[in-house]
Amino acid sequence: MGELMIGLYVFVLAVMVGFEVITKVPPTLHTPLMSGANAISGIAVIGALVVAAQAGETTGQVLGVLAIVMAMVNVVGGFMVTDRMLEMFKPGQKK
Amino acid sequence: MNPDTLLQLVYLLSATLFVFGLKRLGSPATARQGNRMAALAMLIAIVATLVEQEILNWQLIALGIILGSLAGAIAARTVRMTDMPQMVGIFNGLGGGASGVVAAAEFFRLGGGDLGVEAGITILLSTLIGAVTLSGSFIAFGKLQRFISGAPLTFPFSRTLNAVLFVAILVIAAMQVTGGATVTTYLVLTGLALVLGILLVTPIGGADMPVVISLLNSYSGLAASAAGFVLGNMILIISGALVGAAGLILTNLMCKAMNRSLANVAFGAFGAADSTGGRITPGEGKSVRDVDAEQAAMVLAYAQSVIVVPGYGLAVAQAQHDIRKLSDLLQERGVSVKFAIHPVAGRMPGHMNVLLAEADVPYTQLFDLDEINDEFSTTDVALIVGANDVVNPDARDPSSVIAGMPILDVDRARNVIVMKRSLSPGFAGIDNPLFYLDRTMMFFGDAKGSMVDLVRETKEV
Repeated sequence: MGELMIGLYVFVLAVMVGFEVITKVPPTLHTPLMSGANAISGIAVIGALVVAAQAGETTGQVLGVLAIVMAMVNVVGGFMVTDRMLEMFKPGQKK
Repeated sequence: MNPDTLLQLVYLLSATLFVFGLKRLGSPATARQGNRMAALAMLIAIVATLVEQEILNWQLIALGIILGSLAGAIAARTVRMTDMPQMVGIFNGLGGGASGVVAAAEFFRLGGGDLGVEAGITILLSTLIGAVTLSGSFIAFGKLQRFISGAPLTFPFSRTLNAVLFVAILVIAAMQVTGGATVTTYLVLTGLALVLGILLVTPIGGADMPVVISLLNSYSGLAASAAGFVLGNMILIISGALVGAAGLILTNLMCKAMNRSLANVAFGAFGAADSTGGRITPGEGKSVRDVDAEQAAMVLAYAQSVIVVPGYGLAVAQAQHDIRKLSDLLQERGVSVKFAIHPVAGRMPGHMNVLLAEADVPYTQLFDLDEINDEFSTTDVALIVGANDVVNPDARDPSSVIAGMPILDVDRARNVIVMKRSLSPGFAGIDNPLFYLDRTMMFFGDAKGSMVDLVRETKEV
């Protein structure tokens, strides 16, 4: 079985895990869930680091660094703003 | 241990933490911890990658990390909560775009030519999804930020053009995979995908943005997965798949909340179609009961139970703090106050809940449609602030354009107070019979000013 096929298995199973874990999230948390998940999609930074590290010529280096910058904005911004939102969520009986 | 085995184990740990993090994001009590868990997972994966790679150019990589982190941190600290949808939109675009750029870097590293079927398909797929996500997200951002019109922009044959573009992309991609790729055709393909992203989002109206943002969120995950296939990297495949699933679930929920299919949102150009059917003149020949702040305050203060229905008009007017003051005042008088949140009350899923949380309304006071709809019939006052279509009883009429859309049953409350600028229709472009009911009181004015008056009058009751 080739790498592509293994990847496909992993992909499909991970999608199923995603559906299982995320179904039934209360509407109150939809925005933080989305921005948190969004930050996770910044995982592309790993790919960006790999290509930037391997790049010998200029094109590869420029593209690699560009991808790092884009993905890091996504990662850092996404997790921080999610934290900022969740900090505001408070249960009742506070006064 | 073999360094690669170690790296893979760290990635596995990181993937596990992502799953637990997402799970914890699903409950208010553990959500913050869940988000931090996911952030930790990301940090572990990044550090492990940096340690394992033989890096040719440290300075450049460090520069990229620092620049991106700074920009992200500044954006996250300064963004206003009303602008969250735009920011998530931009982040979606950047994340998806980054995946596309990774694929491009891999294309140039291999030097084009005969890529082989496997590398060819994965690289092209990743580039295409990344490009569509990038340009689509920027258009969505532009619409939300009002740089470009939020109205659905359609022109004749736009669907045909999209279809032609899509087929052209497929044909060129297939030629690249089978017959060898050149840099020029690769760039043309990327350009076409960027155009497709723009054309897919421009016809979608402002009211449908919750669906678009959710869908683009899903795409940004799929783009990361595709980049994972390009590099044979499992952590990218897994994380991307998780995000793709989350985005799809939210997309589906938003479509249900508007009672429309995804195809209908994508191609329906809601609103544009309705307005061509002749403009309606709201309120013609019908009378409304007009009240001022003092009268509205009396009704609220002497009620036993009040349900507030906030709509996007409230957020636009930044009146969420004032409504919390009103809620506190009423509660001090012993009135039960609840907030009923329609799923599409904001500009992205759950947006209204965040805005009310920012104004210190405890989340235990917020209820979604299914939880609260049965309570309206035993409630003294339904107070509607800046909402329209989501409380339109016509949705129960099968012949209405919004037939079947889930609504909040505010017309079943004993009294209804509607705070609104005028009788003008909402996004759906239709009149709202709620305004003309005997039990409905219209309190005209902009949400902010009216709410301030209402708070003052309630204090004096």
